[in-house]
Amino acid sequence: MPKDSGIGASSKRREDVRFLTGAGNYTDDINIRGQAYVHFLRSDVAHGKINGIDTNAAEAMPGVVRIFTGKDFEGIGGLPCGWQVTDRHGEVMQEPPHPVLAQGKVRHVGDPIAAVVADTAEQARDAVEAIEVDLEELPAVINMKEALKEGATKVHDDLTSNLCYDWGFVEENKGAVEEAIQNAAHVTTLELVNNRLVANPMEPRVAVGDFERGTGNSTLYTTSQNPHVIRLLMGAFVLGIPEHKLRVVAPDVGGGFGTKIFHYAEEAFCTFAAKAINRPVKWTSSRSEAFISDAHGRDHVTKIELALDADNNFTAVRTETHANMGAYLSTFAPSVPTWLHGVLMAGNYKTPNIYVNVKAVFTNTVPVDAYRGAGRPEATYQLERVIDKAARELGVDPIALRRQNFITEFPYDTPVAVTYDTGDYGATMDKLEEMADIAGFAERRRQSEAKGKLRGLGINCYIEACGIAPSNLVGQLGARAGLYESATVRVNATGGLVVMTGSHSHGQGHETAFPQVIAEMIGIDESMIEIVHGDTANTPMGMGTYGSRSLAVGGSAMVRAAEKVINKAKKIAAHLMEASDADIELKDGAFSVAGTDKSVAWGDVCLAAYVPHNYPLEDLEPGLEETAFYDPSNFTYPSGAYACEVEVDPDTGKVTIERMMAADDFGNVVNPMIVSGQVHGGLAQGIGQALLENCVYDENGQLLSASYMDYAMPRASDLPNFEVDHSCATPCTHNPLGVKGCGEAGAIGSPPSVVNAVIDALNSGGKDVPHIDMPMSPARVWAAMNRASATGHGTAEGRSLGGASG
Amino acid sequence: MTSVKMTVNGKSVSGEVEGRTLLVSFLREQAGLTGTHVGCDTSQCGACLVHVNGDAVKSCTMLALEAEGADVATIEGQANADGSLNVIQQAFQDHHGLQCGFCTPGMVMSAAALLKENPKPSESEIRNYLQGNICRCTGYHNIVKAVLAASGQDVGAIAAE
Repeated sequence: MPKDSGIGASSKRREDVRFLTGAGNYTDDINIRGQAYVHFLRSDVAHGKINGIDTNAAEAMPGVVRIFTGKDFEGIGGLPCGWQVTDRHGEVMQEPPHPVLAQGKVRHVGDPIAAVVADTAEQARDAVEAIEVDLEELPAVINMKEALKEGATKVHDDLTSNLCYDWGFVEENKGAVEEAIQNAAHVTTLELVNNRLVANPMEPRVAVGDFERGTGNSTLYTTSQNPHVIRLLMGAFVLGIPEHKLRVVAPDVGGGFGTKIFHYAEEAFCTFAAKAINRPVKWTSSRSEAFISDAHGRDHVTKIELALDADNNFTAVRTETHANMGAYLSTFAPSVPTWLHGVLMAGNYKTPNIYVNVKAVFTNTVPVDAYRGAGRPEATYQLERVIDKAARELGVDPIALRRQNFITEFPYDTPVAVTYDTGDYGATMDKLEEMADIAGFAERRRQSEAKGKLRGLGINCYIEACGIAPSNLVGQLGARAGLYESATVRVNATGGLVVMTGSHSHGQGHETAFPQVIAEMIGIDESMIEIVHGDTANTPMGMGTYGSRSLAVGGSAMVRAAEKVINKAKKIAAHLMEASDADIELKDGAFSVAGTDKSVAWGDVCLAAYVPHNYPLEDLEPGLEETAFYDPSNFTYPSGAYACEVEVDPDTGKVTIERMMAADDFGNVVNPMIVSGQVHGGLAQGIGQALLENCVYDENGQLLSASYMDYAMPRASDLPNFEVDHSCATPCTHNPLGVKGCGEAGAIGSPPSVVNAVIDALNSGGKDVPHIDMPMSPARVWAAMNRASATGHGTAEGRSLGGASG
Repeated sequence: MTSVKMTVNGKSVSGEVEGRTLLVSFLREQAGLTGTHVGCDTSQCGACLVHVNGDAVKSCTMLALEAEGADVATIEGQANADGSLNVIQQAFQDHHGLQCGFCTPGMVMSAAALLKENPKPSESEIRNYLQGNICRCTGYHNIVKAVLAASGQDVGAIAAE
């Protein structure tokens, strides 16, 4: 029987009521008395020298309060990067400054040059149009391969080249990998593009800065996944405001998907300007502005080689990747192609030799940083595509080839530095085979063919590292922050309680799922528990929500704090019942003395804590409130197996997803309804990447896909119903809930199965197409089928790293 | 500035607007109804969808002045008289048809317009009708299920979770 409350119940989401009635409180819904509005003048060229800015005419425009340029920020810090990568030669990465407003040069379309603050948003926008900038356009460098050539235009004059770092992992394994590849019975090589994407949460970014003259305190309301991180970065590194004089509030946030992790110039600007003009300052991004100012995602070009022995055992994997950083280093950009990507290259397989080389490259494009999955989708895509290609070349069953190479014993130390604590890849594959009805595929293919369509089946596995992360480990790897999480559990005198969490919900349903855990622990109704998040003023220092970490790390902190509360409450209960602490049991909201019929209700103990008339005051402080910080001892490793069935129209190249199936191992599940929803959303974004979405620059650095007219967001009619399962559960061994995280899995696991399915369909129709780059638009698929040249045989232009291509 | 007056959720609302003021800006900034959201600037996303004289309208495609005298319905007026969720809203909660909630007001208003036009839509009719409303969180699976449920149809054919 499904449970109706507590851990494992599909409790309905309490936050839905406000969202469904228009009562949500998003940042753009916040208006502070007297607020002014800012509009940014952004560069319309990819690279240029600012010879002068004439603001005279604009200053005379109606409603203009003040115009800011780079000069106003000369004494102010730049936007900091939160991760320093050390390259394969022991050198630290090249790290250019990232000013709030451009200083002398612009480096991508959208780079902010000036900002007009005016009484209304319309007046600010009008005045921006009256600013005259003497902008000398310079040659732009867009293509990563071109950017690395000797003599290429440099994005940053002060750097030695456009190479941010040249990372090798694990450098000591390089020789052994080369040897294994030389001695292999078979080597499969594939070059591919992980297409650049834009996260596109439906709520554009917003910032409202406020300065209180009486106290000297600043407040920033912002669309962030991690308000404490923004407070630390902006306060300490950009504006020099001590944290105790700065409050950051991220109220209801309309989706994030990674792109709202980072500290952005507009946040610092609004906080700075509010003090400078002594008025609140509000910025609301338009969608067009979001396309040229939100950090983008992915954008890797990779060559991967998979070596196999004569028995089809994997013996080595070697990759070479170019990763686009864009024009500046966004907050966590350097970590994405390295520690979130290289360490996942073992996948689900016991490949003994692995070497990953990543060259991170500056280009005159918007900065690239984490987007749902961040590095792990790129790793999974390469590996699961090359395995499929190997199976096809060797004429073996792609499922059998995977199964033969699965890691089956845990804990497992990979050759790329991580230890998988638990998993059962055979179990999720068994489940997937059952869900996918592989036996019935031949008949479904026959039916499609009878309609003149080609049908393909693609499968893949994935593993990810989530629950980011053990602080001491990431510190060694270059993180400039700790990655613990925090929670305060405050019990009220009448028995209800509030959990103040450093995690942040922007759609994940913390307000519902977190109380389920506490309700289970204490045995009280979920409605007695309230979750507070998103405000540095009333939550303990926490690192926020990304990397599928809320429940695994934030939930664990909450459990630890609740355990402290329960331990103290047991002491109070022991006093009230004149028993020993050790004999007290808590069940169904009541404390009892083991082996007796003595009992005292949860509420009575809470009341005693705050009205301590009959209370062991000499041994115990009054009150019932505890805080815990939880720093995980390892990552968590969700894993699974996915399948996709497509139909391809051979006349047009159009791909239709007929079925999409996901068998995931997330460990224990608190709210199955929410978990399924997370997988659905991830699948949609993965299918979007595979078939529809592409962020495209022209050779001059103009963003061609800069609105929803050109960037193909998945719509309801593009997607099928999904079949998802998370019954295969190997609980995480090192956190108290045994949970692994589920937010990114769908986006990580789905692109390879879609591509594998399309390749399978084309091959079934006699088209020997080894690979098509994403997004597999009808034009690309048709060109690949027909060996047409317009789109390079279905490959993305300029992807070649110079090696052999598939 | 020009005066404009309309009925919103049964109440008379008036204000002074510029010629270029969009209906969505009027609703959010002057009527104080912030449930209607702005998710794009090309009339693609549907987060701002409201009903004007009974028709589904993206309120970013209409000037406030064009709504002079109109009867406008927004998400704030959709709940039952006793404040409980209406059938569509309840179905969205029951079937987890929303996550971050930002597209939700437009999605609910769009679903209401669909069901008025077509009380028993098929799954593919729902998917086609909702093309003008973009959701980035749910993958639409549970939205489609919620609309089917709201129309009183069996959702058993769509997977349980």
